[in-house]
Amino acid sequence: MESFELILPARGPFPVAALPTLRGVVASGNLEVLLEPGQTPDACAITVNTSAQGFRTIWEAVLQDFAERHPVGGLRLSINDAGATPAVVSLRLDQAFDACRSAQS
Amino acid sequence: MGANDINSQDWDRLTRNRSERLARVSVLALARGRRVAPEHITTLLEAVIEPGDRVCIEGNNQKQADFLSRALVQTDPEKVKELHLVQSVLALPEHVDLIERGQVSRIDFSFSGPQAGRLARLVESKRITIGAIHTYLELFARYFVDLTPRIALVAAQAADREGNLYTGPNTEDTPAIVEATAFKGGIVIAQVNEIVDKLPRVDIPADWVNFYVEAPTPHYVEPLFTRDPAQITETQVLMAMIAIKGLYAEYGITRLNHGIGFDTAAIELLLPTYGEELGLKGKICTHWALNPHPTLIPAIEAGWVQSVHCFGSEVGMERYVSARPDIFFIGADGNMRSNRAFSQAAGHYACDLFIGSTLQIDLEGNSSTATKGRIAGFGGAPNMGSDPRGRRHASPTWLKAGREARRHGGMPRGQKLVVQSVETFREHMAPAFVERLDAWDLAESVGMDLPPVMIYGEDLTHIITEEGIANLLLCDSAEEREQAIRGVAGYTPVGLARDKRMVENLRDRGVIRRPEDLGIDKRRATRDLLAARNIKELVQASGYLYDPPQRFRNW
Repeated sequence: MESFELILPARGPFPVAALPTLRGVVASGNLEVLLEPGQTPDACAITVNTSAQGFRTIWEAVLQDFAERHPVGGLRLSINDAGATPAVVSLRLDQAFDACRSAQS
Repeated sequence: MGANDINSQDWDRLTRNRSERLARVSVLALARGRRVAPEHITTLLEAVIEPGDRVCIEGNNQKQADFLSRALVQTDPEKVKELHLVQSVLALPEHVDLIERGQVSRIDFSFSGPQAGRLARLVESKRITIGAIHTYLELFARYFVDLTPRIALVAAQAADREGNLYTGPNTEDTPAIVEATAFKGGIVIAQVNEIVDKLPRVDIPADWVNFYVEAPTPHYVEPLFTRDPAQITETQVLMAMIAIKGLYAEYGITRLNHGIGFDTAAIELLLPTYGEELGLKGKICTHWALNPHPTLIPAIEAGWVQSVHCFGSEVGMERYVSARPDIFFIGADGNMRSNRAFSQAAGHYACDLFIGSTLQIDLEGNSSTATKGRIAGFGGAPNMGSDPRGRRHASPTWLKAGREARRHGGMPRGQKLVVQSVETFREHMAPAFVERLDAWDLAESVGMDLPPVMIYGEDLTHIITEEGIANLLLCDSAEEREQAIRGVAGYTPVGLARDKRMVENLRDRGVIRRPEDLGIDKRRATRDLLAARNIKELVQASGYLYDPPQRFRNW
């Protein structure tokens, strides 16, 4: 088990959307992500709880790319991970982001 | 005098030796005609086998001559010894037991999956010499040149009282083994599940068979090609979307072979949904060299498939296959006949695409499933996954790939598409992309001539990962090729070490294509896109003709 927090600069404010949104499940090889309004409008705050040890560098790379792909300013993400691969993490984050945005429009 | 000399030479030593072996069986009264009682089989093996014989125990990753293997392990090591095993697989514990009992001096084979660890230890401790690890076709070829078996122990579904054999849907390797053995002075012994008065059809004629024995239990068959759609992940769905839109549609691939695995099962299950939506029915995936994969049922039922030739059968698919004679190769008796040698040749020469998966890919695109401490072999993959230099017939797909590869000139010719589909990280976060294949360590530790590579980089044309497709045909230099590979290697150390500018340049040139470049909406990559989401839905799709093995039933 490993936990850490990240604050990533955002390239834009998060569009008004249906929050909170929960996507995914904590099952083997999978993860759940909760999207909520955060405190800082120009940054994205992320908490990661993962069952796997020693992959913090990869997590940071995956999350940084996510924050570059989408306007995530003012968002707070909580991730509970049960050994998902980076492919699953990226896909799930993109799905969660798009889901709460399309729920709004 | 010269003519007399020639005539006095021995030209029939093999035939006379065979007669001597058969005479020993007669003296001991071990057979009635060709029929042997199960309790006499071990004694019979001791009577017909001579030290140093090349022996083929039939088995593939599907059916196994398991009763005859057990009987061989019961023989007296003083009588049955120094054997040279020449066979497709070393898969049963008995195959390796025979080595441990000191009865085998040399082995030539293709695949050893479940016994790979034990085999590596025996080689490391120098208790066995490996001649070579072959592909299936390569080993069959050597049966007709320098590795002809003296003794073949084969498995059939049934024999009649004369000794004709019915091998049925699981014919597999039997014709190749028996033909080589029977026509070169060898002895063929068959275990059968039952003895009947009249066979549905004759697959092997009785005069190629010396003995048959009714095994106390039916021969083992592994349902190796059954993939439960319930285990297909969203990442695999995404990669299947990329394959269909970015590759199958792009090249108009009609003739193909799929490797085993969930990645290719996902493609099969996306044809009637995503493929249909893209208007690709009739334009791709019509002719196959493939085992009867249960996951192909929805595509067959939706009218996508025109022809499937099979290497072997698949447990539970027999009734379904028999009910689709326009698609499969069915005898006058109404049952399929598979044939591994012909299907391997079909996959090599008559298919325009092979797509499979692997454990590791290096920076040159070489891929291997070899890992240290396991000598496993690759079965048929190297033949499926290589450009056949002897091919001379053209097809639009083959010509398009050839044009891409030879766009800078030279003699025009086509090229086979050889594709690896891998998620960048496997389970337990093992990276699929590496600087150096584990195959090098294995080769060093057990003294192989070469690192065991499954598919050479020079044959590989495309890599698909969750990040997109790398088209290696379009790379102009070794450096570009390396960056194209790094560019789809995700967050693996190999992927993180990419030259970002060069990768973006390759993307602009269409060498690397991301899902968004292909117009693929990643949000749609969910399991809802699968034409069947579990085994039960496959059974329903088959009109209840598919009868899955118990272990795949959870209802």
